[in-house]
Amino acid sequence: MENNDIIKVENQVYKKPSLLKEVHMHYCPGCSHGVVHKLVAEVIEELGLAEKAIGVSPVGCAVFAYNYIDIDWLEAAHGRATAMATAVKRLMPDKLVFTYQGDGDFAAIGTCESIHSCNRGESIAIIFINNAIYGMTGGQMAPTTLLGQKTATCPYGRRADLNGYPLSITPLLAQLDGTRYVTRQSVHTAANVRKTKAAIKKAFLNSMEGKGTSVVEVVSTCNTGWKLSPEKANQWMVENMFEKYPLGDLKDNDAKKD
Amino acid sequence: MNDNVTLMKGNEALAMAAIRYGADGYFGYPITPQSEVLEKLEEEMPWETTGMVVLQAESEVASINMVYAGASCGKAVFTSTSSPGFSLMQEGMSYMCASEVPALVINVMRGGPGLGTIHPSQADYFQACKGGGHGDYHPIVLAPASVQEMADFVALGWDLAFKYRCVSMILADGLIGQMMEKVVLPEQRPRRTEEEIRKQCPWAVMGRKDMRPANIITSLELDDDKMEENNHRFQATYREIEKNEVRCELVNTEGCDYLMVAFGSMARIAMKAMELAAEEGIKVGLVRPITLWPFPTKEIKEAAKNVKGILVPEMAAGQLIEDVKLAVECKVPVAHFDRLGGNVPAPEEILNALKNELIK
Repeated sequence: MENNDIIKVENQVYKKPSLLKEVHMHYCPGCSHGVVHKLVAEVIEELGLAEKAIGVSPVGCAVFAYNYIDIDWLEAAHGRATAMATAVKRLMPDKLVFTYQGDGDFAAIGTCESIHSCNRGESIAIIFINNAIYGMTGGQMAPTTLLGQKTATCPYGRRADLNGYPLSITPLLAQLDGTRYVTRQSVHTAANVRKTKAAIKKAFLNSMEGKGTSVVEVVSTCNTGWKLSPEKANQWMVENMFEKYPLGDLKDNDAKKD
Repeated sequence: MNDNVTLMKGNEALAMAAIRYGADGYFGYPITPQSEVLEKLEEEMPWETTGMVVLQAESEVASINMVYAGASCGKAVFTSTSSPGFSLMQEGMSYMCASEVPALVINVMRGGPGLGTIHPSQADYFQACKGGGHGDYHPIVLAPASVQEMADFVALGWDLAFKYRCVSMILADGLIGQMMEKVVLPEQRPRRTEEEIRKQCPWAVMGRKDMRPANIITSLELDDDKMEENNHRFQATYREIEKNEVRCELVNTEGCDYLMVAFGSMARIAMKAMELAAEEGIKVGLVRPITLWPFPTKEIKEAAKNVKGILVPEMAAGQLIEDVKLAVECKVPVAHFDRLGGNVPAPEEILNALKNELIK
């Protein structure tokens, strides 16, 4: 069979979600943001929630998320996304409300808001991109930067005595009564992409059903910040990040108990 | 007897007036001397009656960003705080003004700087009127001098905020917040429906109903030319507000020899000082700015035309006086009087200052 016989509309098995806009993204090639954006758009579309979705974008690389996913958005001040999402969801409980935040936004400057929103059990979904570095501002140390990892502000490698320890925040959030679902995923293989998509879907449904806070951490690459090729960045992530940030569900109140 | 006439604290009047206005939400953090706003709202449980949301946030930083979000959804939302908390809100004030969202923010001032005191002060005048956060912006600043005005300015503040898509402030002080007076509360208005908000605020973030084009509320614009254009639009709105919304009260300004300019509780005390002066045959008038921004520049200039001098009594170390001097272009002697650190002057102190500084 010739290729032209196969490439037909009726044979299409995959397409770009219609909520992803026809624009060039500013993300670096190899960055995880593009994949996660696609998943967010796909899930909103599949759940039929485009008319009800309200996103809150952060300060960081994803600051322009509103330029890519075609729904209503608020752009938060640095760290305040979950506070904003709290108000939106309380004022309009019938909406899908989610934040999309990086590690600096969610786990450094916004830690207070992050913890209290989760602890109040706000029915919002939090997509938390952990790439262990500040990408937007040029590769500075993040709260999640690993010990020994070199960044612009720990150029000789992060040292516990100088910089403190990397913060693994999701296990803390899993302890809070307000969280319904806390999971840690990645998007470096097709199988992981599918798992992350399922996690985002569950988180969004929890928001719609008013079930409390869902946190989907995505352990991600920043090949530019890490100064590695996209392929090497994935490898580095698997070899170094997963030890400190192991993948899997940390809490799921809806999981079937044995 | 009108059921709506009641005796209450200024802070409680703020809470009741907000419920009656049909407010959609309050987000705040306790701080003396304004905690009665949140306490009263929690006691009234408006979520059971009007459906209004009330939330005690984890900080003033969170509160102001909750208000920013609610205002971005076209909702009538507000917060209240006192001076140290208002400092924490400056970033949010700047973002809200940059995003052109209609919000109401109340500062019941206490003495600073720092943790300072819990007693009345007017030392946040600059911070409120001149844009305490970064960038070029102004909120509309309303200065109540009675518990009745605390109630009235809630509705006025929101009406102006929605009219101009700007932030309105009520700048009160611990005295007005804590004192009890007779107040007539407005009739209960229903909260706007989602449909009504969509119509009134087509820019509001409420979800893409019927797949209308997406609404995005952001203060970010990296294209310098576009950001300059945004700034020009903000300034054009401010000029419009200056043209239309100046409010002040003139008392005995016709034919007076001396003028006082004072706002809020200081204006109430100055009024008593004015009576004492009249008993001694000294003709003193008072201009009470009700909007501190936009400032009643023309009104003060006009009232000061034939006076021998102006006294500006403040519970601040010389803030309001700068705007008064600009208003009269320094053509009239302008003297300052203050009590600081939470102290409130007696009328006699103001009269003595007038005599010592201007009459000699």
